[in-house]
Formats: sequence, C-alpha cells, structure tokens
Amino acid sequence: METLIVILVGILISIGTYLILSKQFLRIVLGTSIVGHAVNLLLITSGGLKTGSAPLLGEKTAGFTDAIPQALILTAIVINFAVTALVLVLCYRAYQNFGTDDMEQLRGSEHE
Amino acid sequence: MITLYIFIFLPFIFALLVPFLYKHLNRRAHTGWFVLLVPLSIFIYLVRYIPDVASGATFEYTLSWIPTFGINITSYIDGLGLLFGLLITGVGSLVIIYSIFYMSKVREALHNFYIYLLMFMGAMLGLVFSDHLLVLYGFWELTSVSSFLLIAYWYERKGSRQGALKAMMITVFGGFGMLAGFIMLIMMGDTYSIREIIANIDVIQGHALFIPALLCILLGAFTKSAQFPFGIWLPDAMEAPTPVSSYLHSATMVKAGIYLVARMTPVFGGSPVWFWLVAGIGLITLLYGSLTALRQTDLKALLAYSTISQLGLIMSLLGIGSLAVYFGPGESGTVFTVATFAALFHLFNHSTFKGSLFMVVGIIDHETGRRDIRYLGGLMQVMPITFTIALVGGLSMAGLPPFNGFLSKEMFFAAVNDVSQAGIFGLSKIGMLFPIIAWVASIFTFVYCMIFIFKTFGGVYRPEKLTRKVHEAPLGMLISPIILGLLVVFIFFFPNVLGKYILTPALTSILPMMPFTPYDVKISAWHGLNLELLMTFGVIAIGFILFKTAKRWIHIVRSYPQGLMLNHWYNQGVSGTERLSASLTNRYMTGSLRHYLIYIFSFFVLLLLGSLLLFHGIQFDFSNNAAISIYDIGLVIAMIIASLTVLLASNRILAIVALGALGYMVSMFFVIFRAPDLALTQMVVETVTTVLFLLCFYHLPKLKKSIDRIPFKLTNLIISVAMGLTVTLLALAANGHKLFEPITAFFENAYELAGAKNIVNAILVDFRGFDTMLEISVLTIAGLGVYILVHQRSKRREQRETE
Repeated sequence: METLIVILVGILISIGTYLILSKQFLRIVLGTSIVGHAVNLLLITSGGLKTGSAPLLGEKTAGFTDAIPQALILTAIVINFAVTALVLVLCYRAYQNFGTDDMEQLRGSEHE
Repeated sequence: MITLYIFIFLPFIFALLVPFLYKHLNRRAHTGWFVLLVPLSIFIYLVRYIPDVASGATFEYTLSWIPTFGINITSYIDGLGLLFGLLITGVGSLVIIYSIFYMSKVREALHNFYIYLLMFMGAMLGLVFSDHLLVLYGFWELTSVSSFLLIAYWYERKGSRQGALKAMMITVFGGFGMLAGFIMLIMMGDTYSIREIIANIDVIQGHALFIPALLCILLGAFTKSAQFPFGIWLPDAMEAPTPVSSYLHSATMVKAGIYLVARMTPVFGGSPVWFWLVAGIGLITLLYGSLTALRQTDLKALLAYSTISQLGLIMSLLGIGSLAVYFGPGESGTVFTVATFAALFHLFNHSTFKGSLFMVVGIIDHETGRRDIRYLGGLMQVMPITFTIALVGGLSMAGLPPFNGFLSKEMFFAAVNDVSQAGIFGLSKIGMLFPIIAWVASIFTFVYCMIFIFKTFGGVYRPEKLTRKVHEAPLGMLISPIILGLLVVFIFFFPNVLGKYILTPALTSILPMMPFTPYDVKISAWHGLNLELLMTFGVIAIGFILFKTAKRWIHIVRSYPQGLMLNHWYNQGVSGTERLSASLTNRYMTGSLRHYLIYIFSFFVLLLLGSLLLFHGIQFDFSNNAAISIYDIGLVIAMIIASLTVLLASNRILAIVALGALGYMVSMFFVIFRAPDLALTQMVVETVTTVLFLLCFYHLPKLKKSIDRIPFKLTNLIISVAMGLTVTLLALAANGHKLFEPITAFFENAYELAGAKNIVNAILVDFRGFDTMLEISVLTIAGLGVYILVHQRSKRREQRETE
C-alpha cells in the first residue's frame, strides 16, 4: 500500500512540476495545488497506513493510526489554502493590470 | 609610555578638530598652520629617542585592544621604525609648510585636504611602529584608503577619480594578499608579534606554508611600493595635488612596501626565493622605470616613473642585503650587510631629493600653468632659486657628487658587483647581469635627470607658450624644497652623522643576527679609484652623449607599441572582466521564471539523486507494507487520470474541475486512511478552492489558442519526470528505514492529559497549539492580502473615474 501511494505521489509531483514549468500563471497555480496534494499524501504515508482505527479514543480497539501526521497535514491543508487563495487573487490582479497572464510577458524589464 | 600613544594617535585626534578650525579660523589664518603643529611635535618627540636607539635600546608599549583574541596595539620603537617615523613626520612638516603656500585658502576645500593628510600620517606612523601583524595590516589599509581620498581630492576631474580608483584597486589587491600572508605567518609562528616570530625563526623556516606566506607578503609589498608590474597606479596617482605627490608618492607611502620587506628580512631573508624575487623584481623595476621615465613629457609623470625606478633600486639592494642572513656573521655576511645599509641610505636620500623635486614641479606648475616639458624652457633666468633646487635634486638623483645620491649610487654599484661574485643561488651563472642592468639603468636615470633639469630650465624662454606671467615663487613655497636641498648637500659632506645615529640602528633591526659594532659601516665620499667609480664615469660619459643626441633617438623610446604597455593590459583586464561578468550574468539571469525554476529543480534532482547514488541510499524494504485492496487501486487510477486531465486539458474549466476531482479523491484516501478530520477539512477546502478557481476563471479573458494548450517541451518533461522519480525513490528509501519507534503513544494519553477524546484535535489545540495559532495568523494575513489586493484596485479605478 505504501509503495503504491509513494508511486502515486511521484506521478502527481511529475505532473505538478510540468505544470509549474509552463507559461501560464493559472497553470502554475494548478501545478502547485497538485504538488500540495502529493505532499499531503506523502506525509500521511510516512506515518504508516491502515494499522489501526481512527485516532478517536471512544473506539475500543487495539491501536490507532498515527495522529501526528494527521495534525501536521491539517495545518498544511489550511496554509495551502491560504496561499492558493492569495496567489489566485494575485494572478487575477496581474491580469487586470497587465492584460496578460503569460509569465514570459510578465517578466521584469532589464533596467528596473 | 602613554605619551607615545598620544603622539601616534595625535593626527587622528587632530583630524577631528580640523573642520572646526577651518570653519572658525580660515578667514584669518590658513588651516595648515595649525595642522603643522602635529607633525612638528611628533618629530621633536621622536628625535628625543635617537640617542637611546642609537645605543641599542628598543622600546615597547602595549595598549590593550581585544585582549581575548590577543589583539593589542603594540608599539615598538627600534631603529627601522624610528627612521621611518622621522621621515614621515619630518617630510610631513615640510610638505605641510609647502601646502600652506601651494593650496589656496580661498578656492580649496582645505578641511578635507588636511583631514585626509592627517589620517594618512597617523596611519603611516601606526604602520611603522606596529609590532602586531593584524594591527599593522589595519594601518596598511588605512594608508590605502587615505591615499585614495587624497588622489581624488579634486574629485570633479575625471582623471583624479580614475587614478584614485586604480591606486585603490591595486594596493588593496596587494593588501589582501599581504593579509593572507600574515595569517599564514601567524599560524606558523603561533603569535601575532613580529619580534616573537623572528625569535622562533627555526620553526617557521621548515614549515610548508613558508613559501606561500613569503609570496603573499611580497605581493603586498610590491603593489604598495609600485614594483614591476604593479607600478602602473603611481603615474596615475599624479593627478593628486603636488604636496600629496611629494609626500605620499615619493617619500612615505610607496616606502611602506620597502618597510615591510625590510621588516620581514630576518624571517624570509635566507631563502633563495626571497632573494630572487626581491632583488630580481627590484632590478627589473629599476630598468623599467628609468626607461619609461625617458618617454614622459609631463614632469610629474617623469618623476613618478623615476620614483618607481628608485624604489626598484632600494628593493634590489634589500634583496642583495638579504644574503647576509644566508651567510651569517663573517666576511661575506658583512659585505652584504653593507648592501642593506646602502638600501637604507638611499631610502633616506631618495626622500630628500625626490620630495624637493616634486615641490619644484609644483612651483613650476603653480607659476607657469604648465608642467609639460614641450612648452617649458629657459626658466633658469626667471626662477633662479627654483632652478638651483632642481639642479641639486636632479644631480643627486643622477648620482653625481657633491650630492648624497652619489654616495648611495656608489654603494649600490659596490653591492651589485659583490653579488655577482657571491656564487650561490645560481648567481655564478647569471650574476653578471646584476651590474650590467644596474649600470644601464643608471645611464637612463642620468639621461632623464638631464632632461628634467635642462629641458625645463635650459634652452629658450618662450613666455608666449605659458598661461601665466612667470616670476619666482614666493619664499614660503621655497622654504621646504630649500631645506630638503640643503639636506641633500649636507648628507654628502657628513654622511656618517646620519649613518651613526639613524641608519646603523635601523640596520640592526633588519639584520639582528649580524654582530657588528654600531660604527662599523662608514660612508666615504672618496673611496679610491675603483670599479664603482669607473662605472660612474661611464654613466656620466655615455649619459652625456645620449642626452646631447636625444633628439635623434628619443622618438624610438616614445613610439613604444601600445600592446607592450602595462596600462594597456590593465585596462584590457578591467574592461574584459566587466564584460565577462556582465555577459555571464546576462546569460543565466534571463528574467524568465521558467528558467529559474529549471535551475532550482535541476539542482534539487542532481543533489538528491546524486547523494542517493553516492551513499548507496537505494535500498528498499517492503516488508511493512499494508495490504492493497481493489478500492485503493481504483482510486489511484482515478487520481492519475484526474491529474492527467488537469495537465492535458485544452479547456481551462475542465482543468479546474479535474483538480477539484483530484482533491475530493485525496479526501477519499483520508477516509480510507482513518483520518476523519482530514477528510472533512479537505472536502471543505477543496470546495472553496474550486469556487475560487472558478471565480478567477470568470475574470480571466478568453485566451489565445496558442497558450491554451501547454506547448510540449522536452526539457520540462525530463525535469518533471526526474523530480517525480527523485521524490519516489527518496520516499521509498525513507519508508524502508524506520530507525526509531514513533512518539504517538504519548499522544494516545490525550484524555488523561488534556481531557480530549479526539487525538488529532488535542494535538492541534493542546499539545501543539502554538502551530495552530500561527496557522491562524497565516490565514488572517492571506485574508488581509486578498482584501488589500482587491480593494486597492477599486481605489485606482475610482481615481481613474474622477480624473
């Protein structure tokens, strides 16, 4: 199971990187979102998968899954969301101001 | 004891007062009069040391600076330091008197001038009295900085700025080399003190760093003392006011390198590398400087090259003198001790006559408005006193009796004749070159001295070529050169007074191992009809013929090819380096985000994959893997399809929807992985994110087809596949190597410790609540950012509407 998820993470990161390397601002944002998902999956995988029940003490079971990666991911999701929102608005503003969302055209001029 | 420090730091302290004096008293009196007190009082103070030092005493005082690192300002007065100290303050006093009459009270920014000059004087004094290597280096750089400021004193002139920059670049380059050399020396000797290093000389001489330290320190000395090929800054430094040229670039600063070589002779003296570099480069500089001086038509440039040449002479004498360390006490040793003595003697003589010559040029410049020999001539009748001084200085430089230059030149010839007979360090083969080069260079020296004197003062007087009405200089301007000129003659007749009281103690500090009585070395004006005297006759005869026939051959020297000039190479080097770095930077700093990302990703892949392969990190252990169910495989396939859709979608709404699908499937995985809180959050966040994307999509305009679909790029493909591969390999390797038990067990006591049944929430708000607080701040800041971004825009729109 871990190996399968890790391979999935690799594929997601490849696709995300390819998107990040593209010209369009929006695609770069899409790419970072995909990389974000991949990293969250990697985090939870590194804690070990399916070895116990959900980390709720009410359940009478032998063991729980690792709760620390879950807490970390929860924080990561929220931060990811905040950053994505900001970057999206930035993308939208950049388009409003410059009339393009092509990164090659948005590059700074030589003597600034 | 403390008085010494007061006197060393007096120039700095006084420099602070200069602006006030200038502001309040300049209308009544020239600021220079007040400044004059400083070198004069230090000079008198130092003179008091002469009897003690002459009888062999030395003085050492330590002022604590950074005691924990062993860095203290240790002042050490011995013969060598005292010789330099007297030169600095003595010539300094004369130069200040001269500058009072040279620098106009009305037109010039005198406060700047005297602050820089005092800074320089203090730095020079600190340099020659320092026993601590790092403190010495500090003062060394301070002389570079203050020299830079003085050269660019008329900063509105382009030539001044360029000359200052060049001098700064070259001397600081050498200074850094010297610092490296000092640090090596400190490492070898395990002490900062020069005297302790000399005392531990046996440890140092066998050390592996001995030669590197030697080379680095010589680099510093050669750049400062304008030796070949670093001398090119000195002629450009002639853009400085003449008092500065006279003081810094003939009498004091350029001798800092000489001082360093003399100071380090007991450490490095016995080695053949030292001998060949110091004596060899010195001789080359001597020849190069005298030959190049012939080409100059500008009087100051001529004197600059002549300074280079004379410094080469002193340097080569020091190199020859270092053989005394090799031979040790004995007959041969004594012969070369005399060479060192000659170096010190000429050092002193050069300061006297070159100082006066520069002042003469300053007077000519000041009174005629010209310093190009092609316009000058016949000034003998108009300026008789100036002519007399120039004659004394010039003939002394040429090495004629009855002037002190004659004595030191005779001793120089004696030294080069002796060294050709030494028969060590390969001298038996090419030792003959020493007297030949010295002799040829002396002929050139004689010729340019004649040109200097007789092209300026002899010949026809042509007032129409000069910009001012010429008359003799005011007396005040003549005082200093007259004093120096009198010294030139005085030393010729009574050389042994100087030798006994000042030069012999200095010799003892350069060659402490030579056990000679203080009055060993006698200078005699008439030493019998010998080879040296014959060489001098030859110099005069051939030099005279060359001077008389100068019109026929001078154009050969002047039409020196451009490609052979050191300045040409320096300029090419500087502009070439600038061009190279500009083109290099422009090549990789393209301004394109994609390029930068490619660099970052490539380095990530190269570093991580490289170290994985290098340290055999690719070892996998699948034994702890959980079982795979059919749902998992289905989900994985669906996720890959979703993400590929994001990648390949030509329609952006499809990409956004596919991204949303991907997010929901991640939350499905969280369900499978028993993470209910994650699943919930992921679901909500994904929904909001998708809405945001759609919002953005709505505002984005219809795009051109060309960028609608991602253009295929092989580089991007390779890099992204490599990135995925790296992450996968790393994660697999890491999963197989769990070294310690996780600490989750502690958090499973959430109910006892925190009263919570949901472990994840207990971690978030109780065990690790600090993270959560900051995460809330992140969200707040992002919210504010979004608000401001949107709000600002509407403001601008409002502005536009009102306009």
